[in-house]
Amino acid sequence: MRTPRLPGWTWLLSASLACAGLQAGPPVAKTVILATTTSTQDSGLLDELIPRFEKQTGYVVKTIAVGSGQALAMGRKGEADVLLVHSPDAEKALMAEGSGVNRRIVMHNDFVLLGPAADPAKVRGKAAPAALQALAAGHAVFISRGDNSGTHAQEKKLWAAAGLKPEGQAWYQQTGLGMGQTLAVAAEKRAYTLSDRGTYLALRKKLGLEILSEGDAALLNVYHVIEVNPARHPKVNTPGARAFADFMVSKDVQTTIKDFGISLYGSPLFFPDAGRPE
Amino acid sequence: MDLIWEGLRKALELLLTLDPEVLRITLLSLEVSGAATLISLVIGLGVAIPVALNEFPGKRLVIALLNTGMGLPPVVVGLFVTVLLWRNGPLGFLEILYTPTAMILAQAVIASPIIAGISLSALQHLPPGLRLQILALGASRPQMVWLLLKEARLPLLAAVMAGFGGVISEVGASIMVGGNIKGQTRVLTTATVMETSKGNFEVAFALSLLLLVLAFTVNAVLTHLQQRNRPR
Repeated sequence: MRTPRLPGWTWLLSASLACAGLQAGPPVAKTVILATTTSTQDSGLLDELIPRFEKQTGYVVKTIAVGSGQALAMGRKGEADVLLVHSPDAEKALMAEGSGVNRRIVMHNDFVLLGPAADPAKVRGKAAPAALQALAAGHAVFISRGDNSGTHAQEKKLWAAAGLKPEGQAWYQQTGLGMGQTLAVAAEKRAYTLSDRGTYLALRKKLGLEILSEGDAALLNVYHVIEVNPARHPKVNTPGARAFADFMVSKDVQTTIKDFGISLYGSPLFFPDAGRPE
Repeated sequence: MDLIWEGLRKALELLLTLDPEVLRITLLSLEVSGAATLISLVIGLGVAIPVALNEFPGKRLVIALLNTGMGLPPVVVGLFVTVLLWRNGPLGFLEILYTPTAMILAQAVIASPIIAGISLSALQHLPPGLRLQILALGASRPQMVWLLLKEARLPLLAAVMAGFGGVISEVGASIMVGGNIKGQTRVLTTATVMETSKGNFEVAFALSLLLLVLAFTVNAVLTHLQQRNRPR
């Protein structure tokens, strides 16, 4: 009998195991878990800020970009250290129940109502509530995020303010996706949708959707940074969370926010707000 | 059509300039899925061999469960593994959520039943007299198992390829347990999802092409080994 010989492919598998051994993660005490919204990531802002923060402080940031609803839920469970979110009512609820501390305003932009240039429902130039009423009256297809994100929360608030309940209507469709993908769906269907201005500006060229209603006070989109309450969740990296929150409202970062996107999109995507009253 | 050409051009550009970010993403994809496949091979054979070679009550149930496991949806695995690995979850003390280790773990859960299931049917498919013949020639039990594995190496390599193909292409579990963190847990599939949602369709398309090239290369190597040793 021939002695068993290792088949040729085992070396390949051994090599892949060896590779896997080399990729030990960063030291854990130095990691900060940031739960944030898709808009901050999709706009590219975090790609600019996170490396700077890591360099300045030595922390390693784990950015989990999800809808504001999920980000807040992660904070509530103590699965994140710091939150950067834009869903004010849900944030206030989180603060009221004691899950977060030290909520600070970081920046704002605004929401815009988008639609096809042909504008079949005639909403162009109307203020937000009237525009939504026109959409409902015309049964124009409206694409909703439907994912409990900050944008979705804002959208539900606007429908309520307009005295409408669109859920369940055939023309009201929910994607359950992030802002970028929802914009793509709306563009394909030549439908209306609500977006934050930052994501829209970043994607505008590819969409063919136009801003039809903007500038309403009801359309303000404010981002806050919240540290997760360590008293409630002892495993939270409190110094790391504080360092990141302080970083976001620092003068240096606020200047970056002010200028971010101008060179690429012709106008800023966010407006710095740190230190301002609500 | 523009998108496809633009995507091809972008993919070539990213490949030829050896874009460091893309290189890192590609290597991590290979490492994570390679390690997961290897672990799954050990687990898969560890389950398939005893089940194939022994008769016991409930064997059919075990086989049915394995075959069901071959269709485990990655998002379901992702959700379960995430909940287990949460800081405040039962395995939170490991502190591996949002690391490549967590991704390997989740992918191993996905690939193990695939490799076990295919290996099992490969071993069961061997001529029933073969075992007796080997044992009659005086082989020990480990030698017998080794010879059976050698005999079934064609479908066993197919099992490895199916397992690898399953995990290199999945995105649901990787994005949940890895978090798609730049420079840490971003792999080709999660980066493709992100670039799509950013509206960077050319980059997304380029990453998809890279993924296909990677999957093809690995499978070409495995197929070469498989066919080279084909019994003639």
